[in-house]
Amino acid sequence: MRRENLTLLALLLPAGAFFAAFFLLPLARLFLVGASGKGGFANYATIITDRNHFASLLATLALAAATTIVTLIISGIAGVFLQRNKFRGNAALVAMLTLPLAFPGVVIGFMVIVLAGRQGLIGDISQALTGEKIVFAYSMAGLFMGYVYFSIPRTILTVMATAEKLDPRLEEAARSLGASPWRVTRDVIIPGLKPAFISTGAICFATAMGAFGTAFTLATRINVLPMVIYTEFTLEANIAAAAALSFVLGAVTWIVLAVARTAAGGTVAAAG
Amino acid sequence: MRDRGSLFYAQLAFALLVCAFLIAPVILSMLAGLTANYQVGIRSGLTWRWVGEVWSGYRETIFLSIGIALACLACTLVLGVPTAYVLAKRQGALARALEELLVMPVAVPGLATALALIVTYGGAGGFRTSWVFILVGHVLFTLPFMVRSVLAVLMAIDLRTLEEGAASLGASFRQRFFHVVLPNCRSGIVAGSLMVVTLSMGEFNMTWLLHTPLNKTLPVGLADAYASLRLEIASAYTLVFFLMIVPLLLLMQALSRPRPRKLRVEAE
Repeated sequence: MRRENLTLLALLLPAGAFFAAFFLLPLARLFLVGASGKGGFANYATIITDRNHFASLLATLALAAATTIVTLIISGIAGVFLQRNKFRGNAALVAMLTLPLAFPGVVIGFMVIVLAGRQGLIGDISQALTGEKIVFAYSMAGLFMGYVYFSIPRTILTVMATAEKLDPRLEEAARSLGASPWRVTRDVIIPGLKPAFISTGAICFATAMGAFGTAFTLATRINVLPMVIYTEFTLEANIAAAAALSFVLGAVTWIVLAVARTAAGGTVAAAG
Repeated sequence: MRDRGSLFYAQLAFALLVCAFLIAPVILSMLAGLTANYQVGIRSGLTWRWVGEVWSGYRETIFLSIGIALACLACTLVLGVPTAYVLAKRQGALARALEELLVMPVAVPGLATALALIVTYGGAGGFRTSWVFILVGHVLFTLPFMVRSVLAVLMAIDLRTLEEGAASLGASFRQRFFHVVLPNCRSGIVAGSLMVVTLSMGEFNMTWLLHTPLNKTLPVGLADAYASLRLEIASAYTLVFFLMIVPLLLLMQALSRPRPRKLRVEAE
C-alpha cells in the first residue's frame, strides 16, 4: 500500500511541478504585482473607486448576463426541439449547431464582421429591403452577437443531454390535465432543465466575462474589462493596474463557476 | 408519433434560423477568400490569389501553430495521462481538490494567466522570446481537457479488477500501466488528444500576450490580418484556418456520438 502511494505520488510529480511553477507561482506573483506601485493594495479597490474601471466592470457584467440569458433561451428552445423530434436531417442540424465549438474568439469576431460589418450580410439585406445599411459589428451590439455565437455550441449539447433524461410522462400528465403548451413549458420542462441551465449558464457567463479575442478583433472603443486590462498593460504600461484588474477578473469568474457547481451539484467546467 | 402541428414547424424554423446564424458567416467568409472582389460579389470570379498571398506571407504562422499543437499534445500526454490515472485510483477529498485546482487555468481568463506568466518569467530573456513560452501557456490551458477525458474513461471501466488480474499473473507496475491501463483508456486518450490539438491551434487570449514578433501563431496572424488587410485576404486566411480545424472538429463529433455498448467482462 505504502509502495503504491509512492508510485502514485511519483506519477503526479511532473504535472504537479509544472503546475506549481507555471500557474500557482505566477498567480501569486500577479497578486503581489497588483499591489505594487504607488497604490499598493489600494490598486485592488480601483475596480470600484476608479470611475472608468467601475463602468467597464458594470458593462462586462451586464454583457455577460445578457449573453447568458439570450443563449439559454435560444439553446433551450432549439435543444429541446431537436432532442424531442427526430426527423431527417436532425443529426446534421445538431452537428452544425455544435461546429463552432472550438472557434477562437478572433475568428468569432471576424464572423461578426462578415455578418454585421461594413461589407456584411445584414447590411446588404437591410439595404436591399429598406435602403438603409445596418452596421453594428464594431459596437457593444456586435460584441454581444459574437458572444451569443460562441455560447450556443457550448450550451446546446448539455441542454439536449438533460432534455433526454426528462420524463415525457410528466408532460403527458400535465397536458391531459388541460395545461397549455406554454404552461407545460413553464411548469414542467423549464424546472426539469434547471440543472443544465445553471451549469451551462455559469460557463457562458464566465467565458463572456473573460473573453478577449472577439473584443480585440472588433476592437475600437468597446469598454469591457479584458480590453481595459489589455490597454492598461500595453498602452499605459500600467502593469500594477493590469495585474490587479486581471486578478479580480480571474477571481470573479472562478467564483461564479464554483458557486454554480455547488448549486447544480454536478460538474461544471468552462471551456475555451 | 405526434402529429406535426404549427408548433413543430415554428420550432423547426427557429432551429434552422439559429443554424443559419452560425453557419452562414462561415460559408460567406470561405467564399470571400476565394472571390476576386467581395464588394462586387461572386460574379467578379473565383481566384486562388488571396490564398496564395496568405501562403507566401503567413505560412510560418501555420507551421508554428502545428508545431506548438503537436508539442502541446506530447506534453499533455506525458503530464495528463498519469495524473488522470492517479485521480482515478484515489477518490478522496485531496484528489478532488487537486482536480479542482487543475481545472483553474480554464476558469481563469487567459489574459490573467498570460499576465501572470509575464510578470514572473518576463525577465528570463531566452525563455520569454522562444516559442516554448507560448507552449507553456497552451499546456496549462489544455491539460484539464486531457485529464478529464482520460479520467472519464478510467472511471467507466473496472480498472481495479483489470489491474488485480494482471498483478496476480505477475505483471509489474510498469507492465500493468503500459499494457493494461493505457490500452483500456485509448478512447479517452484519442478524444482528449483531438481536443488538445484543436484548442491549441485556436488559442488566442493567452498567445496574444505571450508571443513575440518572431513567434506568431496562426490566430495571432489572423488578428493581424483582420486589423490591417483587405477583407479577401483576411477571409482566405480564415479559410486556411477552417481547413485545418474543421476536420478535427468533425472527427471529434463522430467519436463522441454514442455507439452501441460494447460487451464488457463483468467481474462482480
